[in-house]
Amino acid sequence: MAGSSEAQIDLTPAMNLEPVALLDWLIVAPVAWCILVGTILLMVRKNTARHHFIAIPAMGVQVLITGALLAQIVINGPTTMVMGRWLPPFGIAFTVDILGAVLAFVAAVVALACTIYGVRDVNSSGRRYGFYSFFFLLMAGVSGAFLTGDIFNLYVWFEVLLIASFGLLILGSEKGQLDGATKYAFLNLVATTLFLIATAYLYGIFGTLNMADIALKIAQSDGTLPLNTVAGLFVLAFIMKAAAFPVNFWLPASYHTPRVVVSALFAGLLTKVGVYAILRVYTMLFSLQREALEPTVNIDALSFAVAIVACLTMVLGSVGALAQTNVRRLLGFLVVSGIGVMLMGVAIGTEAALGGTVFYALHSILVMTALYIAAGMAAKMCGGAEDMTKIRGIYQKNTLLAAITLMLFFAVAGLPPFSGFWPKLMLVKASIEGAPWWAPFSILLTGFLTTIAVGRVWALSYWKPADEGSEDKNEKTELAVTDLVPLVGLTIIVVGIGLFPQTVFELAYQSAEQLVNPTAYIESVFGSEVVE
Amino acid sequence: MRTLIFKTAAPYLASLMILFSIFVLLRGHNEPGGGFIGGLIAASAFAIYGIANGVAPVRRAMHFHPMSVAAAGLLMSTISGLVSVFAGVPFMTGLWGSIYFLGEKIKISSILFFDIGVYLVVVGAIASIALALEERERE
Repeated sequence: MAGSSEAQIDLTPAMNLEPVALLDWLIVAPVAWCILVGTILLMVRKNTARHHFIAIPAMGVQVLITGALLAQIVINGPTTMVMGRWLPPFGIAFTVDILGAVLAFVAAVVALACTIYGVRDVNSSGRRYGFYSFFFLLMAGVSGAFLTGDIFNLYVWFEVLLIASFGLLILGSEKGQLDGATKYAFLNLVATTLFLIATAYLYGIFGTLNMADIALKIAQSDGTLPLNTVAGLFVLAFIMKAAAFPVNFWLPASYHTPRVVVSALFAGLLTKVGVYAILRVYTMLFSLQREALEPTVNIDALSFAVAIVACLTMVLGSVGALAQTNVRRLLGFLVVSGIGVMLMGVAIGTEAALGGTVFYALHSILVMTALYIAAGMAAKMCGGAEDMTKIRGIYQKNTLLAAITLMLFFAVAGLPPFSGFWPKLMLVKASIEGAPWWAPFSILLTGFLTTIAVGRVWALSYWKPADEGSEDKNEKTELAVTDLVPLVGLTIIVVGIGLFPQTVFELAYQSAEQLVNPTAYIESVFGSEVVE
Repeated sequence: MRTLIFKTAAPYLASLMILFSIFVLLRGHNEPGGGFIGGLIAASAFAIYGIANGVAPVRRAMHFHPMSVAAAGLLMSTISGLVSVFAGVPFMTGLWGSIYFLGEKIKISSILFFDIGVYLVVVGAIASIALALEERERE
């Protein structure tokens, strides 16, 4: 097509003819790298003994790539690369701001921990069925979702990670797994369909799918567009993905069935992708309407609804955790409860609140993954039992594991000096300023209930020695290196963020600032002359 | 379905279909066709061969595991998107070159390799599903 006639055609109106700096390639590198490694692992699927020699260094490279991307974005501001040289909004744009970059980085760190933990947790039959290749394709989907600047492309990455997660979920083909996977698949497919319908409406209204272009068109509109309807559909789709209250049942029903490493990864990442999508779409659709409302306590109807959902999610999540005896199910409810806390920040929508949400998301990714890994190790020590009444005397068996778990429990409950404290502080402060009384109250109540729920687990399963006369002799149990390294590493990060929160504070506030005022984001897509 | 007529015809039919699928793949460069539809035709060729002669001969004929074929295709597509880094243009930008083959100028582009990758992904994935289903039937 573009053969000999190329010379006569002026390509400047359609194509970006500027050469692309090598550093800009960092934008697509996380996705492309994950796909490359995933395919190679799929080709050597039968050679199960070698998988982790490829997977662990490759995930290390992924951490480096996303770290370099984050540094690049912090220094140079939001950056865009449009596929195939087409000019936006026609080409598919990958636009990265601090929010996307920092989430992609933390996701890679957590994935590295899971890759290492997977060495012992996944047996060779699981590997032959493609554990590591699914893992990398899942990471490609997650990174793509965080980095893309096109809403339909976001949908595509959701599909990619969904397909990979189905594969991971049924890795052992056990009955319980299939049961959990059916619930998971059904609700996620409904959510994806809703997402697609909402995207179609959005395209019908604006004629574009580029997020920056949509934000611009909203800025130029006269305020009669049916934005609430579209945003409502999007929010409904994403809270299904994020497992918020009326549609949260699938998460505790499915996250305890797969292998520990899989549920650790899912709990860390997948729901947070939903929260990220809400953050992105909500601020894109409502950034300008919000400004008129600030700084009053009145919030618009949809935000009010989201605030109610957030309250119910966090409180009922922690109440649900209180009712559980299966440790992994209990952790599933804690994931749900954390989603509620994050949604509250979205509903309030001020810069401080959004900053709190971003911080909480980062904290939750790290802590939930670490907690699932710790719970898996405790269960392994007691012969694979996951029931709170069967796990006994972890403190006697391995003091280090018990101590680490206690720290993580404190972190998830939001007690100082661990990472959960700061984002909760930010959100409570923001909700006192910008929301009715029940918002800060429910955040504090959630913290209290979570403390009771996790305290109960620790007292029963960790502190209390095994019953007299049972086969369990409270013997010391050594931990394998590949189990210990990821857990200790994540815990160090959690404690480190708790003690020195300044860097994360700054990153969270900067990303919230870019969400509230997306000028830099839009300029990176269209160049500075478009935005006056 | 294991009639003599079908069993005799299936190898010829399958090889014709694979030939046709490659034609469709290459035709898709400038006209309707392409990797996806070509891959579907090739996968149905393998499926027909499998129905007529059993799954084991198909697996032997494919030599590589279908999933590995799909993975190789995905790898090829990704790499054909990545080569544009050397030209200083964004990811997935089409690059063009031409070679002379038997005195005829043939245009080669990274898009062609992307399309071949898509072809392999579709062949591998669909053949893998089809063969697994056919195997299950016989048990």
